[in-house]
Amino acid sequence: MTVGLFIPCYVDQFYPNAAIATLELLEKLGVRVVYPPRQTCCGQPMANSGFEHLTKESNDLFIKNFKEFDYIVAPSGSCVLHMKEHLHSDRYPAEAKAIQGKVYELIEFLTDVLQVENLQARFPHKVGLHQSCHGQRGLKLASMTELVAPAFSKPEQLLRMVEGLELVELTRKDECCGFGGTFCVAEEAVSVKMGKDRVADHLQHEAAYITGADMSCLMHMEGILRRQKSNVKVLHIAEILNAQEL
Amino acid sequence: MKETEDHATLAEAFNADEPRVNWHDETLWFIRQKRDKAAHTIPDWELLRETASQIKHNVLSNLHDYLLQFEANAKANGIIVHWAADAAEHNQIVHAILQKHGVDRIVKSKSMLTEECHLNEYLAEHGIEVIDSDLGERIVQLAKEPPSHIVLPCIHKKKEEIGDLFHEHLGTAPGVSDPQVLTEAARQHLRETFLTRRAALTGVNFAVAETGEFVICTNEGNADMGAHLADVHIACVGIEKIIPKREHLGVFLRLLARSATGQPITTYSSHFKKPREGHELHLVFVDNGRSTQLGREDFRNSLKCIRCGACMNTCPVYRRSGGHSYHAAVAGPIGAILAPNLDMKKNADLPFASTLCGSCSNVCPVKIDIHQQLYKWRQVIVQEGYADRKKTMGMKAMTQTFASPSTFKLAGKAGRWFMRNVPFVLNNKMNPWYKQREMPEPPKESFGEWYLRNRKKTDE
Repeated sequence: MTVGLFIPCYVDQFYPNAAIATLELLEKLGVRVVYPPRQTCCGQPMANSGFEHLTKESNDLFIKNFKEFDYIVAPSGSCVLHMKEHLHSDRYPAEAKAIQGKVYELIEFLTDVLQVENLQARFPHKVGLHQSCHGQRGLKLASMTELVAPAFSKPEQLLRMVEGLELVELTRKDECCGFGGTFCVAEEAVSVKMGKDRVADHLQHEAAYITGADMSCLMHMEGILRRQKSNVKVLHIAEILNAQEL
Repeated sequence: MKETEDHATLAEAFNADEPRVNWHDETLWFIRQKRDKAAHTIPDWELLRETASQIKHNVLSNLHDYLLQFEANAKANGIIVHWAADAAEHNQIVHAILQKHGVDRIVKSKSMLTEECHLNEYLAEHGIEVIDSDLGERIVQLAKEPPSHIVLPCIHKKKEEIGDLFHEHLGTAPGVSDPQVLTEAARQHLRETFLTRRAALTGVNFAVAETGEFVICTNEGNADMGAHLADVHIACVGIEKIIPKREHLGVFLRLLARSATGQPITTYSSHFKKPREGHELHLVFVDNGRSTQLGREDFRNSLKCIRCGACMNTCPVYRRSGGHSYHAAVAGPIGAILAPNLDMKKNADLPFASTLCGSCSNVCPVKIDIHQQLYKWRQVIVQEGYADRKKTMGMKAMTQTFASPSTFKLAGKAGRWFMRNVPFVLNNKMNPWYKQREMPEPPKESFGEWYLRNRKKTDE
């Protein structure tokens, strides 16, 4: 099995450690991983802003980069959801469809495909889990508080395998952080207020780290935490699942 | 005329008072939690939603037939049925009925449709006084404001502010904000209104095709009070409010109040089938853009809406921007997918007032794919040319960068270099990200560069 590693553009540029942890984690689990070097962006920022018609080139580029792999894995629920819902191509329609069936967000790849039952990881800290909307409601990584349905959480399932990690309970388990792509600047006031409220929930429950499957939400919350001069840090879930702290 | 400010601008103003935003958010979140509790009392809740959605699907596919069936049955019952193509015609029909009876003041129970048609303003211009009898609606009417929420019209007002309004308009003592006292004052004021108005106007929650009857759901009984005491009852209804059979109320009434406020059912679910002896019962069917929406395949499901307001209560953006920021009769996520159909230019901003978190679609009792429609409206609005030029240019530049791996790498490297070495280029007030958030700390090396140094050789 060869996995094509899909690293979202902003993770590549700003959060290489999340990408390195994803790569190392998959390798540790015995997966052959290849990173196609010519990848850029999945096109979501344009599409969510109403410019899906401008994503033809990024779609075709994505298909060329990833069509040959058995699976495509990315440390981002949002970008994966975008590919699953909106990847299309007039030039490579069959390849686009095939990719939609084999692109996975990291967490679901670990729980559903690799069916990981234990991890050699240690992270002795209090951690708050931020359920990113596109991962949770879009990819169904966890049950949703709105629905009358059995509870489950794939990210929690993995975090519970990490030695020493203490998950904190949140008052609002799955409220949006307000990042929302270009929403974060177009609707700056509401975006920031949502982020502040989300961060406050984690702080109230004494989380030392906020983690999640989407670095974009974490980047937004990190920006708020740092402006507040808080000591609380954000870490992508891959970095925690790959941690070997003593 | 001054252009309507957009959602972002209005929401920014709303956010100037953070404690008030917190209060607004908590109040609506409390209702969302009540809704969750009520939903969880029904193990088959999701099946109930699916059933309601399918019934409405059938309605939308056979709307023409159900409307005619309703009309025939209603006429046989003695109801006078009218058809209005748009808001103007609706207002004219209502006005003509009132003129015929020489009525110059009416009592009205809650009807978002008449808000959509701006009936109150129209009648006022024609010398007819309208008193809204729903307590929340009366409060916003006294404040000369539109409702900020379809179920909770004055949810944006604190009790102290209501006390001030009642002091000014209803003569309560200054500084009184005890809800019991204020409600009693409203009760006495409205009682006089109910007793003296010869015509009553109401909305409609469900029109039953099979029987030609209609159902109005209220908690205050104000629709009944108005309609039963008046000689003329005019009910205004959007054409999508049809349900095929009376038994379907067993699905919708269970969903409506639980979704709206977390109650098992509204206090009053009143059925109106025929006029009393010597009285008149009118029903005005209104299209006002609904046929157009029915013809938009991607958006037709929005017509399934039963106006419960659950999508507003759950929406993290609505809770933190307030209903008035949506500058449309129906606010929140559902308003944002309905309003562009009525006026795409004026409401072009609304589908963007969302993070697409999807919570709205999850609470919707008729399973409207609200957040997917928000995404689709964004595409339509841009294609129709309603996106602003700056944004279009930015998006085009972004597309160019992402289309070329080498440009992307160069831009990324340059960007990170600037952020590290001349941070003031980005860290200033021109950058909306930086206003209340720090920029990410740019690493020296991108993942791509790291990979090249650490893994590439083993791959080859």
